[in-house]
Amino acid sequence: MEISKATGVSEGIGIGRAVVVDTIIPDTGKRQGQSDVEKERLKNAVEKLTANIQKKASSASEEQAGILESHIMLLGDPFIISGIEEVIDRESCNSEYAVAEVMKNYIAMFRESGDELLAARSIDLKDIQDNLLMLLAGITPFDPGSIARGSVLVADELTTSVAAGISKELISAIVTRLGGRTSHTAIIARSLGIPAVSGADICEIADGELLVVDGTGGCVVRRPTDEQLEEYKAKREVDLERKKALEAYRGLESVTLDGRKIELCANIGLETDIVTAIEADAEGVGLFRTEFLYMDRPSIPNEEEQFSVYKKAAVAFGKRPVIIRTLDIGGDKAIPALGLDKEENPFLGWRAIRYCLDRKDVFRTQLRAVLRASAFGNIKIMIPMISGVEELKSSIALIEEVKRELKGEGVDFNECIDVGIMIETPSAAVLADRLAETADFFSIGTNDLTQYTLAVDRGNDKVANLYTTYNPAVLRLIYNVAQAAAEAGIMCGICGEAGGDPRMIRFLIGCGLSELSMTGNSILQARKIVRESSYEKLRDRVERKLWSLGSVGEAESFLDSLGDD
Amino acid sequence: MITEKLQIKNASGLHMRPAGIFVKEVTKFKSEVLFTFKGSEYNAKSMINVLSAAVKCGDEIELTINGEDENDCLAAIKSAVENGLGE
Repeated sequence: MEISKATGVSEGIGIGRAVVVDTIIPDTGKRQGQSDVEKERLKNAVEKLTANIQKKASSASEEQAGILESHIMLLGDPFIISGIEEVIDRESCNSEYAVAEVMKNYIAMFRESGDELLAARSIDLKDIQDNLLMLLAGITPFDPGSIARGSVLVADELTTSVAAGISKELISAIVTRLGGRTSHTAIIARSLGIPAVSGADICEIADGELLVVDGTGGCVVRRPTDEQLEEYKAKREVDLERKKALEAYRGLESVTLDGRKIELCANIGLETDIVTAIEADAEGVGLFRTEFLYMDRPSIPNEEEQFSVYKKAAVAFGKRPVIIRTLDIGGDKAIPALGLDKEENPFLGWRAIRYCLDRKDVFRTQLRAVLRASAFGNIKIMIPMISGVEELKSSIALIEEVKRELKGEGVDFNECIDVGIMIETPSAAVLADRLAETADFFSIGTNDLTQYTLAVDRGNDKVANLYTTYNPAVLRLIYNVAQAAAEAGIMCGICGEAGGDPRMIRFLIGCGLSELSMTGNSILQARKIVRESSYEKLRDRVERKLWSLGSVGEAESFLDSLGDD
Repeated sequence: MITEKLQIKNASGLHMRPAGIFVKEVTKFKSEVLFTFKGSEYNAKSMINVLSAAVKCGDEIELTINGEDENDCLAAIKSAVENGLGE
């Protein structure tokens, strides 16, 4: 028995026998070849590969089919085929050499283009090249559709075409050495609900050996003892049962026993999260993190590009609210495109709204894109890191300026768009009553609020154990903010991790929050809790006990007691 | 022969899937379809050629279409691009 740590990239537990996927690189040495014979071989290989891919595409998910179709287009590309035939004619050589020569150039061109998306596509080209070469050599490329049911795929990394051919019926888990949460493999595994880990040490795993893969906890268990096997099987059963039971809550109203409606929304950060949120039965987006648009790229996204993404979210959610948080980025990362240097004290530094009010050109571009998109759905603007009334008023003034600009250009937008703020600084939490007079809504960012209030850096190992939202000080601030919102008649929600924490949800309802935003796969669980709760009872308990809590231990007991009848 | 400037509107520009939809649309027609971008000429019927142009959202390309169905072809391309090429 041997447990090795790995990075969980798709949750769940999978148990099965390993199928180790080797990458065989066929020989591409130059040899004499007869033109017409070689061109015929090439034609057959291309036809066979196209047919294979089409077969996979017909039973693939939408995500997979899209990738496979692009592969077919590349295979049928006039430039590629004619390029290879030209080399065969010119050099009187074998098709393997010709394929490698031509593809090599394109692969290099894409990889060195300096464009990250193109560079990622060079992997697809290599995939097609390798598949072609294997067919020419008479080797059958690995077919994930041909393995025994319940197998665990083990590989350095899965090529795009293999990942696109995975079926949930046959594969119980995936283990790779390379890749991470955002690789093709991880995205496909998550969309199919197949447990997966990456960053695993696979070099000794043998074909056929029994493996337990924990995609939630992040580990691979080799040679499990009978006892461990039973334990994991039981865990898996419990997991699957729980998921099935939660499915019963899909499509139901998120309303308490005494009729109080709570809006359960999703936090999203990447464009691909939009579909995941809808599939998770989200009632809206409580936090759309826009930072991903600005990161890992040499230039700032222009208005068109931003507009396109915001519009997509707006359209996807229709009448349901989409709260877009304006640029919340700072000196914890150096971002040359934004003129951000690394700072000594980034969390107390030039970030988020402070940066935006100093760099109004960047802020304006984003606001224009968000306002234009507001014509297509129910978008709300949320300003991060507000620490005082002045910042809020300056932001609103700028928004009004941009509105006038757009109106002058005859561009459509929602004239009554809601502008709210994140409550994450202690000053904002304390001054919530004054802020509620100007903001259209609040969303509490408990992650940062907790850090700032307790003066603890979550990332610092020496003090990370002091970080906890179950601290009476933080709980009081949450209550205070919700009170201020209620008195001003504005919505108070939450988008920090606490929003999806079963231990906190009853407390949040009791404080009077009416919106909880969380990662998509916590929504059904949250709905179950909402439907089993009585708002009046919870409110009563919170008001009676909250101020008597002194220690974290007392707070935790109190939070847990809210679940008792 | 007709030429027309066109602005690419979808978020990822002429990238993998949108490029695929673009090329698919273009290859339906008999006309020869080329476009110039940043001084180079590309064949709109070749996926790999289109990808290598690395056209981004907001960029403008100049189409040159030549053939018996050139007008229908231009109309179809414009429509596909306006509709965001699947994004």
